[in-house]
Amino acid sequence: MNATTSPLTGSYRIVDHAYDVVVVGAGGSGLRATLGMGAAGLKTACVTKVFPTRSHTVAAQGGIGASLGNMAEDNWRWHMYDTVKGSDWLGDQDAIEYMCREAVPAVQELEHMGVPFSRTEDGKIYQRPFGGHMRNYGEAPVPRACAAADRTGHAILHTLYQQCLKHNVEFFVEYFAIDLIMDEEGACRGVMAWCLEDGTLHRFRAQKVVLATGGYGRAYHSCTSAHTCTGDGGGMAIRAGLPMQDMEFVQFHPTGIFPAGCLLTEGCRGEGGYLTNSKGERFMERYAPTAKDLASRDVVSRAMTIEINEGRGCGPEKNYIMLHLEHLGPEILHERLPGISETARIFAGIDVTKEPVPVLPTVHYNMGGIPTNYHGEVIRPTADDVDAVVPGLMAVGEAACVSVHGANRLGTNSLLDLVVFGRAAAQRAAATIKSEETIRPLPPGAGDAAIARFDRLRYAKGKTHVADMRGKLQRTMQKHAAVFRNTESLAQGVEKIKEIWSEIPDISINDRSLIWNSDLMEALEFENLLANATVTMAGADARHESRGAQAHDDYPDRDDKNWMKHTVAHMNEAGDVTLSYRPVHMKTLTDDVQVFPPKKRVY
Amino acid sequence: MVEFRLPKNSTVGKGRIFTATPGASNVKNFRIYRWSPDDDRNPVVDTYEIDLDKIGPMVLDALIHIKNDVDSTLTFRRSCREGICGSCAMNIAGENTLACLKPIRDIEGDIAIYPLPHMPVIKDLVPDLDGAYAQLRSIEPWLKSDTLPPPDSERRQSIEERAELDGMWECILCFCCSTSCPSYWWNGDRYLGPATLLAAYRWIADSRDEHTGDRLDALEDPLKLYACRTIMNCTQTCPKGLNPAKAIGRIKELQLERKA
Ligand SMILES: Cc1cc2nc3c(=O)[nH]c(=O)nc-3n(C[C@H](O)[C@H](O)[C@H](O)COP(=O)(O)OP(=O)(O)OC[C@H]3O[C@@H](n4cnc5c(N)ncnc54)[C@H](O)[C@@H]3O)c2cc1C
Ligand code: SF4
Ligand code: SF4
Ligand code: FES
Repeated sequence: MNATTSPLTGSYRIVDHAYDVVVVGAGGSGLRATLGMGAAGLKTACVTKVFPTRSHTVAAQGGIGASLGNMAEDNWRWHMYDTVKGSDWLGDQDAIEYMCREAVPAVQELEHMGVPFSRTEDGKIYQRPFGGHMRNYGEAPVPRACAAADRTGHAILHTLYQQCLKHNVEFFVEYFAIDLIMDEEGACRGVMAWCLEDGTLHRFRAQKVVLATGGYGRAYHSCTSAHTCTGDGGGMAIRAGLPMQDMEFVQFHPTGIFPAGCLLTEGCRGEGGYLTNSKGERFMERYAPTAKDLASRDVVSRAMTIEINEGRGCGPEKNYIMLHLEHLGPEILHERLPGISETARIFAGIDVTKEPVPVLPTVHYNMGGIPTNYHGEVIRPTADDVDAVVPGLMAVGEAACVSVHGANRLGTNSLLDLVVFGRAAAQRAAATIKSEETIRPLPPGAGDAAIARFDRLRYAKGKTHVADMRGKLQRTMQKHAAVFRNTESLAQGVEKIKEIWSEIPDISINDRSLIWNSDLMEALEFENLLANATVTMAGADARHESRGAQAHDDYPDRDDKNWMKHTVAHMNEAGDVTLSYRPVHMKTLTDDVQVFPPKKRVY
Repeated sequence: MVEFRLPKNSTVGKGRIFTATPGASNVKNFRIYRWSPDDDRNPVVDTYEIDLDKIGPMVLDALIHIKNDVDSTLTFRRSCREGICGSCAMNIAGENTLACLKPIRDIEGDIAIYPLPHMPVIKDLVPDLDGAYAQLRSIEPWLKSDTLPPPDSERRQSIEERAELDGMWECILCFCCSTSCPSYWWNGDRYLGPATLLAAYRWIADSRDEHTGDRLDALEDPLKLYACRTIMNCTQTCPKGLNPAKAIGRIKELQLERKA
C-alpha cells in the first residue's frame, strides 16, 4: 500500500521464481505446512528470515496439549471445553473442536517423526498438568501437556526440520519477505523477498502464499518473545489491505523472570510450583479456589498484578512475585525442568533447588492475527459474506487467528495449533490447487510497491533512528495496553501511536548496503511492529468490556450481549484504523459434541 | 558458497574508536571485528567504549546497545536472547560461545569479539554456515525405521532408553564446538566435526532408529570420523554443556566392537 511514484534511489537485481506454494516462515507452523504441501506433490518453497531451527518455536518449553490420557483419564471433549472456557467464549467452536480432536493423532504423528518426548514408566509419552487444562469439564487439573523435558518446542522444531531434510524441502534461508503481491481482484499472487546473503531481491510467484511468520511480542518493551517476533506477516497483510482480528488480546504470561523477561514455563506450576506474595501467602487460593496456581494465564496474571498494586509485591520496590520450586527437590528439577533451572541460574543468579525466583507477568503471545477459517484460508469479510476467503492466501500459527484461542490462549495450545493447522492448510492446498493449473503470470508492475518501500527505507535520511522509534512504541504499548486497561490510558495510547506515525517521515538508518543490512531489516520490522500495535491499541480502546486478556477497569464485566464478537481491523497507509466486527462461530463441526454456551468463568 | 571468504593474507587493520559519553564511570572496551563485502576495504577492529551501568549483564546486551545507540551498522545474528536458538554464536575473548549467555563481568579487561573462527565471513560477526549445514544434512539426521509405528498410538520407549538421548538432543546447532576444533579448521571440508558427529550419534543411540549399521558404515572413513584427535576443545567450549567428544568416542567404540 506504500506505492510511490517517486523513482528508486538504488538499482536492484531481481530474481524470479514460480512455485505452487510459498510458505513464509519456518517455525513449527511453517515447517508443518511445508512438509504437508511437499508430500502432496505441490512444488513448495519455504522462505525464512532465520535458519529454521532458530525460529521462535524453539523456545517453547512446557508442552503440547493432547488428551492422550497417558497419565490419567482424559477426553478431547474436556480439552475442547477447557479451550472454549479459556478463550472466554471468543473462540470459534468449530475450529476448537477440530483442533482438540486432531490433537491426539497430531501428537502421535510427531512421535512417529522422532520427537524425543519424555516417557512414563510404561514407555508412553509423558504428560504434565498445565494451566486451565481440567478433568471432566472443569473439575480438577489433568495432565495433558505432552512434554520433552522443558524443551518441547526445541524437540518439535528440530524434528520437523529433520523431516524437511528427509523430504528434500526447498528452503530460502535468511530471505526476508518484504510484502505480498496482490492483484486487481484482491487475490494474492506471490511475495517479494530480500536475500540477506547476497543482497538480491526475489519475486516469488505462487498459487498460494502461506504466512507463518509468528507473533509480534516485540511491540512491547518486556516480552518473552525473541527479537525476531516482529509481526511481519501481519504487517504485510495490513499493507495489502487485509484485516486483522482480535488484536487487542495480548497474553501476559504470569512467570517471566524479573527483570530479564525470559520465560519460566507454566510447567513449573504443573510440576507443583506455586506463587507467593510478600507475606509469603499462596494468594492464588483466594482467586481460583479449585485450580489455584493452575488457573488460566489471564486469571493468574491479573491476580499477581492486583497483589503488586495493593502493596503485597516482593522485593525492595514491592514490584514482583515469587515462584517457588525448591520444594520439588533436585531430582525432579533436574529431570523435568532442566532448562528453566539453567535459565534461572543464568538470568536471575538463582539456584531453584534452594530459593524462589522473582517473576512478573510478561507479554508472551498474540491471540489476535490474520483471520482464517479452520482450513487456514485467510478471511476478508464482505457485506454479504462474513467468512469470505482471500484467493491465494493462507495463514497459520501465531500469525493467524483461526480463532481457537479467542480472548485467552491456554498453555500448550499454541504448539498444538501450529501442527494441527499447519497440516490442515497443507490438506486444503492439496485439495484446491490443481497441479496441472499453470502458475499464472504476474500482473504488470508486480512487486514494485514492495521495492519502493524497501528503497525508501534503505535511503531514509531523517533524524530519528529506528531503535529510538521502536523504543517509544514499546514503552507506549507496555504502559497503555497492559494487563489492566482503562478508558483514559487507552485514549492516550491511541494518541501516542498517532504521534509515532507522524514521526515516520523522520526515520533514519545509517547502513545503505544490501548484503546483511540489519539496520534496514530492523526498519522494515519496525514498520510491521507499528502496524500490528496500531490495530491492537485501537481494538482495545473500542472494546468496552473485560474478556480474557482484555481487562478494562471501566467495564469490568464480560458483556456477551454486545461484545461476543470478533474485532476486525483494517488500517490504511496513514495509520488510520477502521473497525468492524464478525460473529463468533457458535457451532460445532459434528454432532459428536454440543456447543458450549457462555457461562461465568471460574477456576 | 565461499563467495565472501577473505583473501588468505588480508590483515586486520585498526578501526574507529567510539568514545564513551562524558561522565560514564563504569566503562569497558569492546573491540569488535568489522568487515563488509560492500566495499573493498580490509577488515578492521572497531573499539566501542561502553558504560556498563547503562546496559544488561550479557555480551549480547552490549552488542544490542551498540547497535541501538552507538553504531547501527554493526551486524550480528540474534534471536531468542536466552541460549536456545543458537544464532548468536561468536568468538568472545578467545572463546566460542553464545553472546546472550556470556556475562560481561566474567571477562577481564577489554573484550575482543570476532566471528566464529575459520568460517567464511558474510559481514562483521555473521559467518557463512552453509558448509556446516550441508554436513549435518549428509548424515541424514532423521529417524529411520522400517517397522511401521502403531497406527493409533506412540511407539514405546523406556525411560532408560530415552535417557540415552540426554545430552545430545538438546544441541542447538550453534557450531561453537566445530569451529573450535583444530581438526575441523584444517580438514573442515572432509571431517564432519563435533556438532554433526553428535547429531549422528543421537540417532545411533535412539532405540527407535533401526539403521545403526548403515549410519556406522557411512561414518567409517579416515577423515569424516577419524580426523578427531580427541583434543576436547569441543566439549570445553559447548555453551550448552554438552559433550560431543564423548559422543564421538562412543561412535569409535561402536566401530571397534563391530569389527571385533
Ligand atoms: C518462551 C516461550 C515459551 C513457549 N512455550 C510454549 C509451550 O510450552 N507450549 C505452547 O503450546 N506454546 C508455547 N509458546 C508459544 C509458541 O511457542 C509460539 O506461539 C509458536 O512457537 C509460534 O510458532 P509459529 O510457527 O507461528 O512462528 P515462529 O516459530 O515464531 O516462527 C516464525 C517464522 O517466520 C519467519 N519469518 C518471520 N518474519 C519473516 C519475514 N519477514 N520473512 C521471512 N521469514 C519470516 C521466521 O524466520 C520464523 O521461521 C511459547 C512461547 C514462548 C515465547
Ligand atoms: S575432541 Fe575431536 S571433535 Fe572435539 S575438538 Fe577434539 S578433535 Fe575436535
Ligand atoms: S554440541 Fe554444543 S557447541 Fe556444538 S553445536 Fe551443539 S550446542 Fe553448539
Ligand atoms: S540469541 Fe538465541 S542463542 Fe543467543
